Amino acid sequence: MKRPWLLWIPLAAFLVFLTIGSLGLHRDQQQIVRSRMIGKPIPGMDMPAASSSNPAFSTKAFADGKVHLVNIFASWCVPCAAEAPQLAQLQQRGVLIDGIAVRDARPDVDDFLAKFGNPYARIGLDARSVMQFYLGSSGVPESYVVDGKGVIRYQHWGPIMPQDMDDILEQLREAAS
Amino acid sequence: MIAETGLAMLWLAATLAALQLFLAWVTVARGNDGAARLMHPVALLQGALTAGAFALLITLFLRSDMSVLLVAENSHSMKPFIYKFAGTWGNHEGSLLLWVTVMSVAGTAVALFERGLDRATHFATLGAQAAISLGFYAFLLFASNPFARLNPPAPDGRGLNPLLQDPGLAFHPPTLYLGYVGLSVAFSFAVGALLTRQVNARFARAMRPWVLVAWMFLTLGITAGSYWAYYSLGWGGWWFWDPTENASLMPWLAATALFHSISVLAARDALRAWTIMLSVVAFAMSMIGTFLVRSGILTSVHAFAVDPTRGAFLLALLAIYIGGSLLLFGLRIGTVNEGTRFDPVSREAFLVINNLLLSVILGLVLIGTLYPLLTEMMGVKVSVGPPYFNMIVGPIALILMLLLVIGPLARWRRDHLRSLLRKTIPAIGLALLVLVAVKLIVGARIGVMPLLGLTAAAGVALASIMPLFGRNLRRTPLFTWGMVIAHLGCAVSLAGMASDSAFVTEKLVAARPGTTIDVGGWKVEFRQVMPIAGPNWTAMDATMAVSRNGSEPVLMHPQARFFSNPPTPTTESAQLTAWDGQLYLVLGDELGDGRWQLRLWWKPFVTLIWAGGALIALGGGLALVGRVGRGWLRARARGRIHAEEVLA
Amino acid sequence: MKLIALVVALGLAGTASAQTALPPAPYAYTQLDNPALEAKAKALMETIRCLTCQGQSIADSNASMAADLRSDIRERIKAGEAPEHIRAWLIERYGDWISYKPTAEPITWPLWAAPLLLLGAGAYVVTGRLKGHKGRRA
Repeated sequence: MKRPWLLWIPLAAFLVFLTIGSLGLHRDQQQIVRSRMIGKPIPGMDMPAASSSNPAFSTKAFADGKVHLVNIFASWCVPCAAEAPQLAQLQQRGVLIDGIAVRDARPDVDDFLAKFGNPYARIGLDARSVMQFYLGSSGVPESYVVDGKGVIRYQHWGPIMPQDMDDILEQLREAAS
Repeated sequence: MIAETGLAMLWLAATLAALQLFLAWVTVARGNDGAARLMHPVALLQGALTAGAFALLITLFLRSDMSVLLVAENSHSMKPFIYKFAGTWGNHEGSLLLWVTVMSVAGTAVALFERGLDRATHFATLGAQAAISLGFYAFLLFASNPFARLNPPAPDGRGLNPLLQDPGLAFHPPTLYLGYVGLSVAFSFAVGALLTRQVNARFARAMRPWVLVAWMFLTLGITAGSYWAYYSLGWGGWWFWDPTENASLMPWLAATALFHSISVLAARDALRAWTIMLSVVAFAMSMIGTFLVRSGILTSVHAFAVDPTRGAFLLALLAIYIGGSLLLFGLRIGTVNEGTRFDPVSREAFLVINNLLLSVILGLVLIGTLYPLLTEMMGVKVSVGPPYFNMIVGPIALILMLLLVIGPLARWRRDHLRSLLRKTIPAIGLALLVLVAVKLIVGARIGVMPLLGLTAAAGVALASIMPLFGRNLRRTPLFTWGMVIAHLGCAVSLAGMASDSAFVTEKLVAARPGTTIDVGGWKVEFRQVMPIAGPNWTAMDATMAVSRNGSEPVLMHPQARFFSNPPTPTTESAQLTAWDGQLYLVLGDELGDGRWQLRLWWKPFVTLIWAGGALIALGGGLALVGRVGRGWLRARARGRIHAEEVLA
Repeated sequence: MKLIALVVALGLAGTASAQTALPPAPYAYTQLDNPALEAKAKALMETIRCLTCQGQSIADSNASMAADLRSDIRERIKAGEAPEHIRAWLIERYGDWISYKPTAEPITWPLWAAPLLLLGAGAYVVTGRLKGHKGRRA
């Protein structure tokens, strides 16, 4: 038989496949696309006011020495309701929370705030998801920790659940130092 | 009661499969003749029991028996009858039972109809088929029980995913599975022949019909799936290189290479290693495909069961069956005489190159599909999709088309290059003519690949019918007609793909009822939008009157539907098929000011894509009938028609 | 885990309300007037992956975020921005994942090497089967 070693190549390739397959099964199943803007300055954008109660805001004025938690949410997003208690807690601890309402309208945002509370200092309206694209955000809710120099330090994907509070507070502390 | 009976039947069938394996071992390895007599009845009973269990599951779905967990999770009493029926396999457990049913019934068919093999290999094949069935019975019974009960019974079911409530569900999975799982027979043949060391021309002739049947159904299944995705997803695309689609394409590529390789083995008693390897690879691709789709390791629009534990079970089965057979291959094939080397200008040589190119495309599709998984291990996320696959596979497919022009015209053993090239002149000439004509008519508005595609399609179309020239058509064997029609189908399909890519016109507009939109030479009058209701949905139904060159307007009704169980919005596009293409209309959302989003396409000759697929399958069918017919006539002439001959 | 599944399921049911009450972005479902620019935009959109879908390009998706991105891309192309510049901008924010067209980064080199390697290996195997090649064996 000529070139007998050729016969073992398919088995070898198959073993490689088995390895890839089993490693693939063990990894975290969720497909999260993380933002690549960590470590970069937050993009400067002016946004109109999203609710009747809170003023509009601009990310251009973020290098003001204060740590901000930017929370991307929407009135039509149910997990956002789930994180409302945690955001209220953070606000009570003195965290400055700015909200960005995505694909929303004033009456709906007002309703949401009335129902689930209002931990926000200011809320901007992102009617066409443009700010989301600028930030590298892939859904709602998401929260970004921005330090005093306007640099994005951390992205929390999904709602902030009670078990995430320690991490968030840690990140906020680090951003302040 | 029905559910318990079904489950019992499955357990019994699994036991019989174990018995069948034991009998095969005893007959082949130990030469015990008594066991041989039991073999066929056991295989027959096993197939009957599994088919019976499947029929019982269908009964449960048709009755909307909500005390069965699977029915409660996937069906609903208000569903139309056909979707209650087809919904049986619109879920993981049900489709797996379909898989097991096809596998065991295929084994029964081999037991009843397989006549060409020598005795030992015949039993070894049945043994191998039983061995692989066992793994899947285990998977079904221990990890995917379709007959599990729900206590207390649900008041009604969760319903079937509306995207699946379509005639496509009745047609696409069964044909696909007959193909996929039918390839298990090819695998069993290969393992059987490796065990009895009977890899030869007789083996090839015996295996050929089984491969052709599986391949034919796989071709139909893929064609149906493509057309279903095309009209139901609402954006006019017909192939997305989605992992699930690739999972069906890879076994098809392997099976195509396989029966071409078989023809060499049958005619020249050569390419033994290739043939065995391709048999194993084909079924391996079926199993890998089902693993990718059911384990959740790759995101896909089509993925229906995301369960890593089930994925692990499948991976274990893969390791045992494919790893085992590849090991057997490495150990045994070395002792098999490889046969003579081929003359570089001969039918065999072109078939070898054909196999090579098909295998390369198979390898590239596999690598491309798995690559994102690999890079994720290293912490980087990449996406591999149509831009990559089209760029890579396209050119190689074109080279394959070139081969199609010259290969079927070459003689076996040895041909002369000059005379062969002379035979290809008409086809090449026609191709160049088309190239120049299209370029002159359309100018710069056509891309390179679509242009080459049209060129190649023309050349292959003529070349595919050339083997018929100068022959008495009535005496031409049926399998030659099969080859001609299948190759013609390739050209037709390619023409459709190239034409759609090059000449499609698209219009996205926001229009008020009463306006007329022009697209691709058609006038589409948007008349009105009315709410209507169906058995388990409500919809906004648009009436569009379409006409071309002043013809009588035809009414088309694209809809925006909302299903109730489970609550899901869908778009139901409307198509009008003319001789030269298809008009494709979609109704989108209503904008606040009374305007509606409309998407309109005129797709010239797009239906050729699936007509070509059907032709390819038809060619396979003719080849199958031709071969089986000839084999039957030969056997009759030698007086071997009686069944006892095999068992004597 | 169950809570999140329930919440997500409810979320999907609830998304119908305010989200679609807002009109889609201007160029989400409308083409640009200039056919050449529209062709450029379409070619780009077919290679940008939808962020909230299961493996689709934004050109083929009904998702609202895909629609918004389509509109954004069309507006930028209309304003004269080069498609590759837009792609690079998106990659800067989302990583290579968002582009279906593999980049020239080292991580994708195996993808480009694969066809050459396979064809080469295949040619090696095939020539072993043909007479008169390399003249190694009689």
